[in-house]
Amino acid sequence: MITLKEALTLDDNKISKLKEQLKKSIESDAQLNAYIDIQNVGDGVPIAIKDNIQVKEWSVTSGSNILQGYIAPYNATVITKLLQSGLSPFGRTNMDEFAMGSTTESSFYGKTLNPKNRDCVPGGSSGGSAAAVAAGLAVAALGSDTGGSIRQPAAFCGIVGMKPTYGRVSRYGLGAYASSLDQIGPITQNVEDAAILYDIISGYDTKDSTSANVRYKKVSNMLNPDRKLRIAVLPKYIKDASADVQKAYNDTVEALSKDGHTIVEKEMEDPKYDISAYYITATAEAATNLARYDGIRYGNQKTGNNLEELYVKTRSEGFGDEVKRRIMLGNFVLSSGYYDAYYVKAQKVRHLIKDNYAKIFKNVDLILSPVAPDTAYKFGALHNPLDMYLSDIYTISINLAGLPAISLPVANASNGMPIGLQLIANAFDEQTLFDGAMSLERLMGY
Amino acid sequence: MFETVIGLEVHVQLNTKTKLFCSCPTSFNHKQNTNTCPTCLALPGALPVLNKEALKKSIMFGTAVGATVNKTSFFDRKSYFYPDSPSAYQITQLYTPIVEHGYLEIDFEGGGKKTIGINRAHIEADAGKNMHESDYSKVDLNRAGTPLLEIVSEPDMRSAEEAILYLKKLHSIVKYIDISDANMQEGSFRVDVNVSIRPKGDEKLYTRVEIKNINSFRFIQRAIELEVARQTEAWEDGVYESEIVQETRLFDQEKQETKSMRTKEEAADYRYFPEPDLLKVVVPEDMYKEAIVIPELPDEKKQRFMDEFGVSQYNASVLTSSLEMAQFFDIMMQEGISSKNAVTWLSVELQGRLKNGMTLTSSPVSAKQLGLLVKRIEDRTISGKAAKEVLDFLMTDNMDVDVAIDKLGLKQVSDLGAIEKIIDDVLSSNPDKVNEYKSGKDKLFGFFVGQAMKASKGSANPQTVNEMLKGKLNS
Repeated sequence: MITLKEALTLDDNKISKLKEQLKKSIESDAQLNAYIDIQNVGDGVPIAIKDNIQVKEWSVTSGSNILQGYIAPYNATVITKLLQSGLSPFGRTNMDEFAMGSTTESSFYGKTLNPKNRDCVPGGSSGGSAAAVAAGLAVAALGSDTGGSIRQPAAFCGIVGMKPTYGRVSRYGLGAYASSLDQIGPITQNVEDAAILYDIISGYDTKDSTSANVRYKKVSNMLNPDRKLRIAVLPKYIKDASADVQKAYNDTVEALSKDGHTIVEKEMEDPKYDISAYYITATAEAATNLARYDGIRYGNQKTGNNLEELYVKTRSEGFGDEVKRRIMLGNFVLSSGYYDAYYVKAQKVRHLIKDNYAKIFKNVDLILSPVAPDTAYKFGALHNPLDMYLSDIYTISINLAGLPAISLPVANASNGMPIGLQLIANAFDEQTLFDGAMSLERLMGY
Repeated sequence: MFETVIGLEVHVQLNTKTKLFCSCPTSFNHKQNTNTCPTCLALPGALPVLNKEALKKSIMFGTAVGATVNKTSFFDRKSYFYPDSPSAYQITQLYTPIVEHGYLEIDFEGGGKKTIGINRAHIEADAGKNMHESDYSKVDLNRAGTPLLEIVSEPDMRSAEEAILYLKKLHSIVKYIDISDANMQEGSFRVDVNVSIRPKGDEKLYTRVEIKNINSFRFIQRAIELEVARQTEAWEDGVYESEIVQETRLFDQEKQETKSMRTKEEAADYRYFPEPDLLKVVVPEDMYKEAIVIPELPDEKKQRFMDEFGVSQYNASVLTSSLEMAQFFDIMMQEGISSKNAVTWLSVELQGRLKNGMTLTSSPVSAKQLGLLVKRIEDRTISGKAAKEVLDFLMTDNMDVDVAIDKLGLKQVSDLGAIEKIIDDVLSSNPDKVNEYKSGKDKLFGFFVGQAMKASKGSANPQTVNEMLKGKLNS
């Protein structure tokens, strides 16, 4: 597939041909199920859009039954920015329902397959976007990352996925999962494309109060893979990863060192605290964010004999099991008598995690970490929800701390599946993040 | 003997141009669901952005009641399902409100003051409205997201009278500083009352009952009295523990009783937590500086009317009880007239003529016009009697006061020469009467005045006629 950088040089005629060809390929590989449908707006370079980003006049459903029939009446800020830059939202991609999941199996539209091995999950929740790019069915895509939902599917599918600093990209128009953790980011074929797409969607937005009002400098025209950086490695922290992932990690560290980067050993807290803090914070926010889906104003209303029955039927039939589980968990941790023990404590842990990162970034430029403990699982391999939650150990602390990170493939495992590692940078230091990622991409030659 | 303990929660709708978290206009009586947008409809992906004007008006209120203004405050989500609440949570301030620890003073009619504490005032978003038809309900979200300031008093009031005095003072403060229309009928000043009783001398607070949404001061007074009677009776009958429970009751206007709405056991768990879509609210220093400069408050105005214009305490209270009247009076006084005349002509003559729902705000005669009319009495251009005629005329025909006086031919003759000629004529044509008067028949003075006024066809200034006659007859 043509890269985003190349595609941006095409004339209108070639772009429409590209779109036609894309449409054919997508339709001929319907089995992959990366896309929910092909809607298009604008004449520019096609960008696949995750089903939770609002595109005016599109059906946008967050992969849920409860939003069937809903047509978005406005554009998300990132969509406005794509259109302004001559890019064109093209096709909405499959996802875990309301971005809650790590496999894209919980979508109302059925599972998406991993193009590297169709018996495996593509990861999630932005599994459709990652599979589309990895299968050559998209030039590039947008995803959203609340606890790894861009980086983990990118790693599972052998492509690049980037989560910006919290506040760097407007959330206006992103169907919310957990407001204090969600960020929209690029999923691309290579690091440079990720930088280009990141530049297009970034910047302060008055419509999002959590958007950072800081000076924004373009990164894609300043990329420097020759910069020598101080990179933290986490020897103890990676012990929970599979042997293949640990080997890839160690090989990468050695290559970085040989390339002239300075390697510094650091420690992180036990990631089990990350899991607890994350699942309390995210579900608390999600329980309230999803309360608006009540069937009163829009979406898939089920009628009842009275108001309570309408609510109960609409929400019981409209939400899938994982979403219901998280709504219940979120309401539990916020309920009177439990609030201090769960929510308040989780916020304290979140501060500790943030402080810990801040300490590390006092004397390094980047941190190198696994993205997932293992390569893409076979379908059905995660037997219970807790196994799935635990598979997020390497990604969620970055969301809790609001830091930028990029996932890129470095090697194939013995089973032939790609292994992705991530670089993490200090808040708002995306330039260093992309410089390091360019360097690593060139080194590993994946 | 029992003591009544009352605390009040007042929801004041802030009169900002736009809603609290979006740029939809705040409106009353517009077509249903027209002032809405993705944010106040809670569509997927829409986000709140705080209206700075609402923040500023809240700080103004804090200033007016001598409160602490928290330069950093936070918003929280309060969760409950109801069709008039699109996001199924209300954005409010539970943990750190914008305003805390204020007070206001109430003045008893027979003299004396009492300080009532204000525990807090916090900013929150209003809900929409549900309209219930026979077998379905309709939802209008025009009001959803309108800014409210919820003002919570301390439980400092000991009678319905004190509660009403507090509410009237609060009402007048928010009007004076222009942060709300404070119209009870339209719901922009909504009162919830918390009432409990306790044996006199007891310090602890007993079970408090909340009475919600009563839309006039009269009904609030009535509702409190009824509730106190209910609680007292229960105590005296020995069934206080079982009958009086912490609950919300509604006042039934027609039946004149309060009835149970829901008890604490059934009350929702609101699952408050910090609103993650909004960062902490930090008051910008320039906004703070602007917001603490507030218009003159009712008590300040009252004192000024007494000090500057020599208005009596009673009249000053009446004049400042409504902002409209106080402002009207203030403008009248710019004509340099006596405050006594101004009060009479405002409160008796003009208000007596305002009928059919007309108010000072919609009065056809402006404060400036009325002030000038009084001035024309004082400078003897017209008589008081003639001024009433002019006022009657101005109530229906909008005209300059002096032009109206001319048009009606009511201008008094104040040309001294002309009056002297009339008086001389009267005296010379009645030499007998003059002699009688001079020999002690004082009553005849009225006769001469009458003759002179008649000769002038009523246009001579009676006072001038009096003075001049006296001079001539007594010389």
